Amino acid sequence: MRRLALVLVLALGLPGLAQQAPQEARLRLLEEKLRCLVCQNQSLADSPAGLADDLRRTLREQVKSGRSDQEILDFMVARYGDFVLYKPPFKATTALLWVGPFVLLALALVTLAAMARRRRNATAEPDLGAEERRLVAQALGTQEDRK
Amino acid sequence: MKKALIPLALFLVIAGFLFAGLDLKPREVPSPLVGKVAPDFELPVLHQPDRLFKPADMKGKPWMLNVWASWCVVCRDEHPVLVALAKRDLIPILGLNYKDQPEDAKRWLKQFGDPYLFSVMDAEGRIGIDYGVYGVPETYLIDGAGVIRFKHIGVLTPEIVAGKILPLLKAMP
Repeated sequence: MRRLALVLVLALGLPGLAQQAPQEARLRLLEEKLRCLVCQNQSLADSPAGLADDLRRTLREQVKSGRSDQEILDFMVARYGDFVLYKPPFKATTALLWVGPFVLLALALVTLAAMARRRRNATAEPDLGAEERRLVAQALGTQEDRK
Repeated sequence: MKKALIPLALFLVIAGFLFAGLDLKPREVPSPLVGKVAPDFELPVLHQPDRLFKPADMKGKPWMLNVWASWCVVCRDEHPVLVALAKRDLIPILGLNYKDQPEDAKRWLKQFGDPYLFSVMDAEGRIGIDYGVYGVPETYLIDGAGVIRFKHIGVLTPEIVAGKILPLLKAMP
């Protein structure tokens, strides 16, 4: 009897679950890609705002009706603009946003290299003439410079 | 001497960015809907629920759509501005009563005055999503061709009415 029940559960339950699971995973992924506009530092997945509930409902309906991820994201952007995406597209207006950090990194590296070179030059033995060497040796009380 | 100026220059650059940042309003997201045809809908009128309104009914003349709700506290701040604008009879104002109970909405209008030609009920907030509503109150200026010409998020002030909405309205045919 128990075995029969198990077989039944596996036969009936699992296909249903299996169908539902990828849909839920897709929903979760979509919700994390979208910003809640009420509490702007939260994704739709995390936001408790009323609007986020409504948008999650809309996402669910659209996923169920078989729309692709791109269609759903386009739907959101058409209404709320690029800002609704946590990963905004690369366009003229967002170029600084995408490239800026790398520009800063490059500048920092160049500055670092310049400073390192200057420091290496500063610690190298100073270029002294014969007269200067004699004066140094005299001041230090040594007979003659070792070189 | 030159070296000493580097921190000062850096400071000025950062201060410049921060100063410009003071005037930015991150909560006001520019709407992609401005310049596009107002999304279509069909919603029941608050005071006559068996009558349905569609934006096409307003075609041929400019109108304003104001998103409001009785639960929206700041809507009370903006309400006198709408009432005053309605009295001047320059443009019909329609209300989109957003995620509200009809009884509460009617009581609210009785208490604070009704500047609207009429209000329509978006009980589930679905039309709100089509219009990109995320912070009630919001106001849309729609021209005679049905195109959204201006959107304001948050409380409408007399300055915005006089400085933005009325000039745009005047420029419309």
